[in-house]
Amino acid sequence: MTVNVGPQHPSTHGVFRLRITFDGEEIVEVEPILGYLHRGSEKLAEERNYVQVVTLTDRMDYTSSMINNQAYCLAVEQLLGITPPKRGKYLRTLVAELQRIASHLIAVGFFIQELGAFGTPLMYSFRSRERILDLFEMLCGARVTVSYMRPGGVFADTPNDFWPALEAFLDDFAVEFEEMEHLLMENEILTARTRGVSPISPDLAINCSVSGPVLRASGVNWDWRKMSPYDAYDEMEFDIPIGRNGDNYDRFWVRMQEIKQSMRIVRQCIDIIEPGPVRIADLPLVLRPEVGVEAYGRVEASKGELAFYLVSDGGVAPYRCKVRAPSLINLTITEHLLVGWTLPDMIVSLGSVDINMGEVDR
Amino acid sequence: MNCQLASDSIFYQNALYRFIYDTAGTLVPCSFSHVIAGLTIMLMLVNSVLLGAALVTWLERRLLGRLHNRIGPNRWGPFGLLQPIADLVKLITKEDLVPSGADRIIFTAVPLVMMVPLVLMTAVIPFAQDTMLADLNIGVLFILAVSSATTIGIFMAGWSSNNRYALFGAARSVAVLISYEVPVVISLLGVVMISGSMSLNDIVHAQSIPFLLVQPIALFVFVTGMSAELNRTPFDIAEAESEIIAGYHTEYSGIKFALIFATETGAMLVVSAVIATLFLGGWNGPLEDFLGWFWFLLKTLAIIFVFIWVRATYPRLRLDQIMALSWKFLLPLSLINLAITAVEVFLLRDASGHLSLADLWIMAAINIPMAILLILLMGGLFQKKINSLPVRTETPMVPGVPTIEVK
Repeated sequence: MTVNVGPQHPSTHGVFRLRITFDGEEIVEVEPILGYLHRGSEKLAEERNYVQVVTLTDRMDYTSSMINNQAYCLAVEQLLGITPPKRGKYLRTLVAELQRIASHLIAVGFFIQELGAFGTPLMYSFRSRERILDLFEMLCGARVTVSYMRPGGVFADTPNDFWPALEAFLDDFAVEFEEMEHLLMENEILTARTRGVSPISPDLAINCSVSGPVLRASGVNWDWRKMSPYDAYDEMEFDIPIGRNGDNYDRFWVRMQEIKQSMRIVRQCIDIIEPGPVRIADLPLVLRPEVGVEAYGRVEASKGELAFYLVSDGGVAPYRCKVRAPSLINLTITEHLLVGWTLPDMIVSLGSVDINMGEVDR
Repeated sequence: MNCQLASDSIFYQNALYRFIYDTAGTLVPCSFSHVIAGLTIMLMLVNSVLLGAALVTWLERRLLGRLHNRIGPNRWGPFGLLQPIADLVKLITKEDLVPSGADRIIFTAVPLVMMVPLVLMTAVIPFAQDTMLADLNIGVLFILAVSSATTIGIFMAGWSSNNRYALFGAARSVAVLISYEVPVVISLLGVVMISGSMSLNDIVHAQSIPFLLVQPIALFVFVTGMSAELNRTPFDIAEAESEIIAGYHTEYSGIKFALIFATETGAMLVVSAVIATLFLGGWNGPLEDFLGWFWFLLKTLAIIFVFIWVRATYPRLRLDQIMALSWKFLLPLSLINLAITAVEVFLLRDASGHLSLADLWIMAAINIPMAILLILLMGGLFQKKINSLPVRTETPMVPGVPTIEVK
């Protein structure tokens, strides 16, 4: 029996379509069909100048806009051969980690929603995410499509009431997160549903070139924040959680641990940050890199390795802007993840990969 | 005219019926009195189920909102109490779609087929002292038989919708219902044995202490089994919204959907009433002659609250785990309970086959520790079966610069 799961389905994370052949409830064949949310971001980037493209990156993975901004800005800075001032770097690291927390909260919340818990875990994680979005609103006036970063730093310094609000959030969130962890990590039904389901071996994960929490859950130690530190990550102290079985539970577990590590990084940023300029002062309004320069800006985004490949032809706009979207590349394991498992496990496995259609189709 | 209800009538126990019959009997011929009394009570029952379902919908949305850290519906009427009416008006005015390729007759019949057993179930539930439509001497059997008839409606919906998600939901639902019927029936045998009757009224009379204390395992199995039959979390696989959209009623819209939805919440109301009657003492309570209805409603609401609470708390089980839970855990548990109860009743009953209050307390003293022990013991064994991978104890963190081996 062939069933079209999506493009309109409650738990395909946007307009994602899977043609699945079932034998009873067991999955025999899977064919993902993409492209329903294609907006041509890469082509649009060729029509805009280097600063304007930042707003396009917000709309790719709309659950982690800050990290998208960061990856793009790093690529442009490579093109121009500039580095942002210290305060700019710390601010970027700080908001990127806050965004990682927010993104992982969504991933975890929806993961459990897909297990069938009606709303409560989702609402609990959204309660904390709202606070993070409020902080972003303080910084830049926007909550989701932030466009906070610019090539050469961030566009504005923090308002005075930002730091007390951040401290208050961190204190509250530590309690809220502990509560969530206490409720979820050893829940009988959750573990029974997720342990040992859809395991991905390290070899397979590497061969499919997946990245991010999915790769680390399979037991591969791979994190660009450690391997080629960008912005202020070389000064930060944090651990990389590594899964053991690569099953759905491990992917969920890795995300929960990463939230904790992100909180550590945010606290370190608060301690270390000093007043100063947040963006290089004498940058021209319209950036013009030299002819024929290429750059590959790479960050560890919340969903995996996010990279922008930019080529300059000396004009005001990039000649080519290629995005390595982690959500799209993580989908390469779809078949290994789903075939042989049943319909309810399929939904949960897809949720555990945490794809974002805005990024898959761009 | 001026006819009185004969004392050998099956309706004689019913105080309300007797009153209406006797009042009507002064005005119309005796044969009409039955019609008038029966229709009056039926009207009350049908309306109480439908209005009750509306109120339960409101209660569920409100409580879920609270448990979710939200407010819930609060716009229309005090505390949003009129929200169900607004929903109903919206659903009535919506287009009533029948998908192409659907079996039109069966598709249309489904809301009715699902609604009727529900109303029938209320016929034997005593709402207050000696107040029910019919004091059937096979009341428990009647409830079990009629409640499983809803499955037919679910399967009709799944089959006639011409929708694969609906078929998934229907197939799952039938599998679950058939498995859970067995432990549910066996768990109720203990209650029937102790009270010595299948009439719900007699069972309430027999509960000098609530059977919650005398039959804890039966209550556990019955509540679990019933939440599976009602498609409530964590057994709601028949309409698992994150997996199969809305399950068997995916294709229903407009008033048909309203009826199916009312049936679902109404079923929760009626099953809670049955649980309150069988295990919590029904209308038993202080001043039961006058406040019986109040105690009954209070106990029913308490059970409904538990159902809603569980819905807001637990993730969903998989089909094979639900089956395993029924056959490997609940069925042995209810069989053990049946055996223990049989031995106890055999030893404790007096010459006429009755159990005194002291006997019930002795049974409670034996059964409660037994229930805790058995559930913990069997639960531990069962947990190992469905959860065989080792529990993570240490957190394997890798500090410092990582090393990578690519094979």
